[in-house]
Amino acid sequence: MSIFTDVWRRAQAMRADRRAADETDIRPDMALVPAASIAGRALVTVVAIMTFLASLTAGAAILIADASHGWQDQVAHEMTIQIRPTIGRDIEADAAKAAELARKMRGVAAVRPYTKDQSEALLQPWLGASLDLSELPVPRLIVIALDPEVRLDAAILQRRLAETIPGASVDDHRLWLERLAIMAKTVVLVAAVIFALVLIAMILAVAFATRGAMAGNREIIEILHFVGAADDYISRQFQRHFFRLGLRGGAIGGGSAILAFFTASTLSAWWRATPSGDQVDVMFGDFALGPNVYGAIVLIAAGIAIVTGFVSRVIVFRHLRDLS
Amino acid sequence: MVRFENVGLRYGMGAEILKDISFSIEPQSFQFLTGPSGAGKTTLLRLILLALRPTRGLITLFGRDALTLDKGAITDLRRRIGVVFQDFRLLDHLTTYENVALPLRVRGKDEATYRGEVTELLRWVGLGDRMHILPPVLSGGEKQRAVIARALIVRPELLLADEPTGNVDPSLARRLLRLFTELHKSGTSVVIATHDLGLMDQFDGARRLVLGDGRLHIFD
Repeated sequence: MSIFTDVWRRAQAMRADRRAADETDIRPDMALVPAASIAGRALVTVVAIMTFLASLTAGAAILIADASHGWQDQVAHEMTIQIRPTIGRDIEADAAKAAELARKMRGVAAVRPYTKDQSEALLQPWLGASLDLSELPVPRLIVIALDPEVRLDAAILQRRLAETIPGASVDDHRLWLERLAIMAKTVVLVAAVIFALVLIAMILAVAFATRGAMAGNREIIEILHFVGAADDYISRQFQRHFFRLGLRGGAIGGGSAILAFFTASTLSAWWRATPSGDQVDVMFGDFALGPNVYGAIVLIAAGIAIVTGFVSRVIVFRHLRDLS
Repeated sequence: MVRFENVGLRYGMGAEILKDISFSIEPQSFQFLTGPSGAGKTTLLRLILLALRPTRGLITLFGRDALTLDKGAITDLRRRIGVVFQDFRLLDHLTTYENVALPLRVRGKDEATYRGEVTELLRWVGLGDRMHILPPVLSGGEKQRAVIARALIVRPELLLADEPTGNVDPSLARRLLRLFTELHKSGTSVVIATHDLGLMDQFDGARRLVLGDGRLHIFD
């Protein structure tokens, strides 16, 4: 009987009897490219740092963009009348007259005059609570809420105020809105550029690590070729490895970014009552992460893992193709 | 199956290592490739395996001109060849079982379908109790047997063996030669590179390809 016939028949019997080698010792998915041959820890660290930076950049851009929309929405629905103290005039009477005039205008939904105490309270964060403002000529503010259905003609309001109240002026916040919008767009653009640079740096790091891994596994690749492995199969082995490394690095970096935002949110709550805290609050909001920021960070981490695997596969495939 | 026509090989600008090599390997044939150490036996086997390109001449493998083959075609042809390397070439991070199963795994076969055959073949070559050991722990003879098992597991049409009995005792060498002859009877062409005259004497009907001074002499 042929040896191979004998071997084959015994193998069939083993399958039928379900007798096999100890299954716990068989590792059908054991990686063909040993993990230790790839600079795994260093690459995970690089990917984690890049993911962290990219997540911070993206998160900050989203927070600023959201805050910017919030400011514009808020400010675009308001105007402010300012009554400056004028010698010889009763500022309280002027403020009352201006408020009454504004109420009669089409397009005005509500009028809220600030009292003297309220006006002084607005200045306290900058001037301090200990300063006595009672003798100072503090302007009065009247906040006008605009009717979203009817457009208020600010020029007419300004003209009517000027005719009866010399120290009155109308601020439609347009200039400030424009500056806000430009600033927000600039910040988002800079964030996008930084994000792109981080991504490029990460791709280069992965490419370098892949080439190093291939050089270190040259003999394994040759053996795989000799036993009949196709280039596509070999490149998938490397891709699998690098995808796992990218996933690990992405998870660490993304998780760290979420932790950083959470810490910033907690700290900003402590600072809120201070002038600098108020400015930060205006700029970024309260750092509270909405679902869009969480979602962006998760997408970035996952995307970076996919990019890591893809880049390594492309590099390996090109290298194998160039092998004679 | 394999045809060499006036094949020559040189490295860089040096002298030719192989000169005007012309021979053929027919289906179901058995031949020994012999010659002194450094004659170029391993180099000739690497040429057959398409691991090297000749400097001149024509190599035809399974009816295909080697120079016209793309990577995919080379892979397909290599899957029809079993190779036993002189330096073993086992993957040290895989167990003996995993090394022997490697040719089946890279073909995409499911492990459950070949587990029995790999296990039985390992037992037949005497490695039944060494299946889950890593190669660095194996002796030279055990590694040799593992490499032979890896070459045979796919039942190749052509078997290239480079000093397959170099690290085994005479008893196992006879057993392995018996395995090669059985393989030959099953339809596989066998080429064994060796300088073991005793091994060659055990097989009377084999052709002898003798390398010397870079040239090949054929003794039928």
